[in-house]
Amino acid sequence: MYDKLFPPKKMVLSDGKMVFQKRSRVPLIVVLLAVCTVISARFTGFNFQILIARIHEFFTIIGKMVPPDWGSLPHIWQPLLDTIKMSLLGSMLGALLALPIAVAASSNIVQSKLLVTVSKTVLSLLRTLPTLVTALIATFVFGLGPMAGTVAIMLFTIAYVGKLLYEQIENVDMGAFEAMESLGMTRIQAFRFAIIPQVLPGYISTSLYCFEGNVRYAAILGYVGAGGIGLLINEGLGWRDYPAVGMIILVLIITVYLIERVSEHFRKKLI
Amino acid sequence: MNHMEKQLLSAPRNQMYLATITVIVGVLFLWSLTSVNFKNIDKSGLAIANNILYGLTHPDPALLFSVSKQSVLYLLVETVAIAFLGTIVGAVLAVPLAFLAASNIVSKPVAWLTRLLLIIIRTIPALVYGLMFIRVTGPGPFAGVLTVGLTSIGMLAKIYVDAIEELDKGVLESMTSIGCSTFEKIRFGIVPQLISVFASIMIYRFDMNMREASILGLVGAGGIGAPLIFAMRSYKWDQVGAILIGLVVLILMIEFLSNKLRAKLVRA
Repeated sequence: MYDKLFPPKKMVLSDGKMVFQKRSRVPLIVVLLAVCTVISARFTGFNFQILIARIHEFFTIIGKMVPPDWGSLPHIWQPLLDTIKMSLLGSMLGALLALPIAVAASSNIVQSKLLVTVSKTVLSLLRTLPTLVTALIATFVFGLGPMAGTVAIMLFTIAYVGKLLYEQIENVDMGAFEAMESLGMTRIQAFRFAIIPQVLPGYISTSLYCFEGNVRYAAILGYVGAGGIGLLINEGLGWRDYPAVGMIILVLIITVYLIERVSEHFRKKLI
Repeated sequence: MNHMEKQLLSAPRNQMYLATITVIVGVLFLWSLTSVNFKNIDKSGLAIANNILYGLTHPDPALLFSVSKQSVLYLLVETVAIAFLGTIVGAVLAVPLAFLAASNIVSKPVAWLTRLLLIIIRTIPALVYGLMFIRVTGPGPFAGVLTVGLTSIGMLAKIYVDAIEELDKGVLESMTSIGCSTFEKIRFGIVPQLISVFASIMIYRFDMNMREASILGLVGAGGIGAPLIFAMRSYKWDQVGAILIGLVVLILMIEFLSNKLRAKLVRA
């Protein structure tokens, strides 16, 4: 289509041969992006004047956070531990529950097409829902508190680990599996000794990675009342108690950094 | 003892290590179990779960298909606009930061400081930025754009940095040797190496930003989140159903498109 509108450039080489150079698509892409940007700017009311005139407010808030309020530290520990517990438990349960669902969604292991399609659809639907929305729904069902957050994180972990795991299972070398079946092993035995050793390092590594991300998510779940440190952040910003918010953010950055380091260490060992 | 048994015995033993890890993980699991309690669950929880399921299967058609300013369609377009503009803002701001954090371009301390800044930007939750930007621009989608832009910087810059540090210097040297100017070196030596990675990660981030943008409404920063939370707080589950269905369909569509586009970029 594009080549018809803008015919390729003809070039004659020194030996008389004709070659065609396709026109670059960059101008089209740039124009499309520019149009989309302008439309989006209209829609969202993006305004440089306001931004330039008022952006100092943002830095004022950051400036107020900078000597953090060390006195608020004792109030932070409990919600922080709650946040870590929520993400730990949610990640562990989610990673365990993801196993059977991922196996059911792998088309090379399960013969029933229906089961495979249903499992894959469930996984992608779960993955689409933003964690905060699941947490909000969970607070209605499980009441306010860390329990709701745990459930939300668990559902997200199932979806994330499940998807990556079934992709791995579908990509394994099936030769060993077939050889074991032909030796007279049952399918379950063959799965245990041929597939699991191939996917186990990837599975653990994915779960750890998901846990890292979950700590970050868990930090905001408190905003909808699902337990953890988010509630404190919300209160602090609401009361404009910026030094306290600065302290929470500092503690959060250190925690996330430490967890990332530990998890990265083990993930490097696995691969 | 035959050869096979010898091989088996000579395999590295790390049971101690594995056992320690297992015990640690087990203890962590038990410790995290203490956060769970079922005392907040009462019978109304089950009833609400039922209502939610009913709402999801019986969405409010008026909300889903009309074209007013409160309709799902309009809100979804607004959410996409926030995510799109936010991605553009983030992608532009991330480029200078990425060059400042690449250890083969600037000196070590500068790179280290920029990296620290990126980690800080990445760790602060999006909702916090949202609440802060509302003080700047007032509630509305504009605050959402700025929030999405700022949160995108962390991840975009991190992957930009990796691409910049893996630049093939040989190309640049050979271009210098045939007498190319600095501009030509950048245009034909550096840009082609980076552009596909940059474009691919931008598309991926746009996909992620859709999810971000859909929750920012919770703090009043525009998009579909605000109507969603209002509908939930007032127990209008048919409206919740309509909004969620629209959101899920849109996110799935964008994910599909983004996967297609990125596959094309990788192949090209």
